[in-house]
Amino acid sequence: MSETKQSKWDISDMDSWTAEDFPLGAVIPDSGNSRDYVTGGWRSERPIRNVDTCIECLLCWIVCPDTAIRVADEKLAPDPDTFNLDHCKGCGVCANECPVEAITMVPEGCELPEVK
Amino acid sequence: MPTQTTVASTGNTVVAEAMRQCAPDVVAAYPITPQTTIVEEFAKFVAQGKVHTEYVCTESEHSAMSACIGASAAGARVMTATASQGLALMWEELYIASGMRLPIVMANANRALSAPINIHCDHSDIMGARDAGWIVLFAETAQEAYDNTIMATRIAEDPEVLLPAMSCLDGFITTHSIDRVQVMDDESVSEFVGDYEPQNALLDVDNPVSHGNFAGLGGPYFEFKKAQRLAIDRSKAVIGRVGEAYSELSGRSFGFIETDMMDDAEVAIVVIGSSAGNARHVAKQMRAEGVKAGLVKVRCFRPFPAAELAEALKGAKAVAVLDRSETFGAEGGPLYTETRSALYDLETRVPIVNYVYGLGGSDVRLELMRSVYTDLSDIATGAAEPSGLQYLGAR
Repeated sequence: MSETKQSKWDISDMDSWTAEDFPLGAVIPDSGNSRDYVTGGWRSERPIRNVDTCIECLLCWIVCPDTAIRVADEKLAPDPDTFNLDHCKGCGVCANECPVEAITMVPEGCELPEVK
Repeated sequence: MPTQTTVASTGNTVVAEAMRQCAPDVVAAYPITPQTTIVEEFAKFVAQGKVHTEYVCTESEHSAMSACIGASAAGARVMTATASQGLALMWEELYIASGMRLPIVMANANRALSAPINIHCDHSDIMGARDAGWIVLFAETAQEAYDNTIMATRIAEDPEVLLPAMSCLDGFITTHSIDRVQVMDDESVSEFVGDYEPQNALLDVDNPVSHGNFAGLGGPYFEFKKAQRLAIDRSKAVIGRVGEAYSELSGRSFGFIETDMMDDAEVAIVVIGSSAGNARHVAKQMRAEGVKAGLVKVRCFRPFPAAELAEALKGAKAVAVLDRSETFGAEGGPLYTETRSALYDLETRVPIVNYVYGLGGSDVRLELMRSVYTDLSDIATGAAEPSGLQYLGAR
């Protein structure tokens, strides 16, 4: 998918960079790389879509403050690719704005045994 | 060799002259006593077409440093000047300038901080900002203020460094007194500082970059801070090299510290700025009276010359560190605590006493300096060291 394409500035091994490796003064030396910067880890709730209720109006795609709703051929991408969880921060705007209440927010991490 | 003209001038006038000779692309500033005449004279140079600088009159020092940061990120050579409350108002931008690795050069006319309101000299302003990641040079005289401004430009812009640098001169004492100064010809200064070649300039449209980015939540903020530490550590070698080159050019020496009569000194004063003059004068008097007195003047405070101080002071029997700022509740003034720490690894313990002096421009008379050397002589011959911080000349 084009949205996962790396920018010219390859940060894929950034976690192993030392203080000497980062660009001077915290500049970002290339454009179009926020897609490479995975921010979905901030999320405490994730959106779930009810495909039976959804009317494919794409209002969720319009209101998403990030680029976390995937659309192809004027339709929402089918499960499990509907939401780009690398960038969805769980703000819930999509669920709030959905005219048919087809999106619900569920707590993240509930599948983990220690928080059951 | 440069053509040097001897002029009678205030510190501020020659700082403005040095700025003109360094030809900054942008100066953004706000006036504040006792710095005002620096930017006033510089603005006059701009108005007269003697320097081609974009001069920005801002509405505060917060805005002045913000404008400097923007201009420097754009790729300009940037200078400014401030003092006291102005420096305090710049506080958050000081850290941004150094974190973004922008080689802004700023003159700071050392002045006390309110309250109560006071416009006269002490070092509380810069000492509050000493850990902001700037290189900090101090001047004793107008000559050193001129020289430091030129050296600061080349040091800050060195590709090994790329950190902002501050050139400090004592409010009124150095900023406003007429002093004898040798000023170099424009071409020699211009050649010495060279052209600034910015890295990651916002105006380099062929190589777009984004400045002021986020590095939190598990991001590399920690690594960026370490990179700043590595840069200011590297700056020591650069400052040394630039100081040597400047000495060769101008015939005036520069050291991280400057020592007088320290070869066999038994008692020594460590001091910053204009008060070194009185200390030197009294040290010479004491020498004539048979006391082996010496003086260490710190000219570069950041990076801190710990090794140089340890080397200079290791043979002394008693040392006084004079701080012109208060660090309420701390063990002592900033120069004292760091000098004392610098002496920790010496094999022989050197007795060291801290004096806070001259706050808010309180006069530092010769007899006060003499009392310090007398105290030290007593300690050197067996008297007990006074415990805790001493106030020099306060009732």
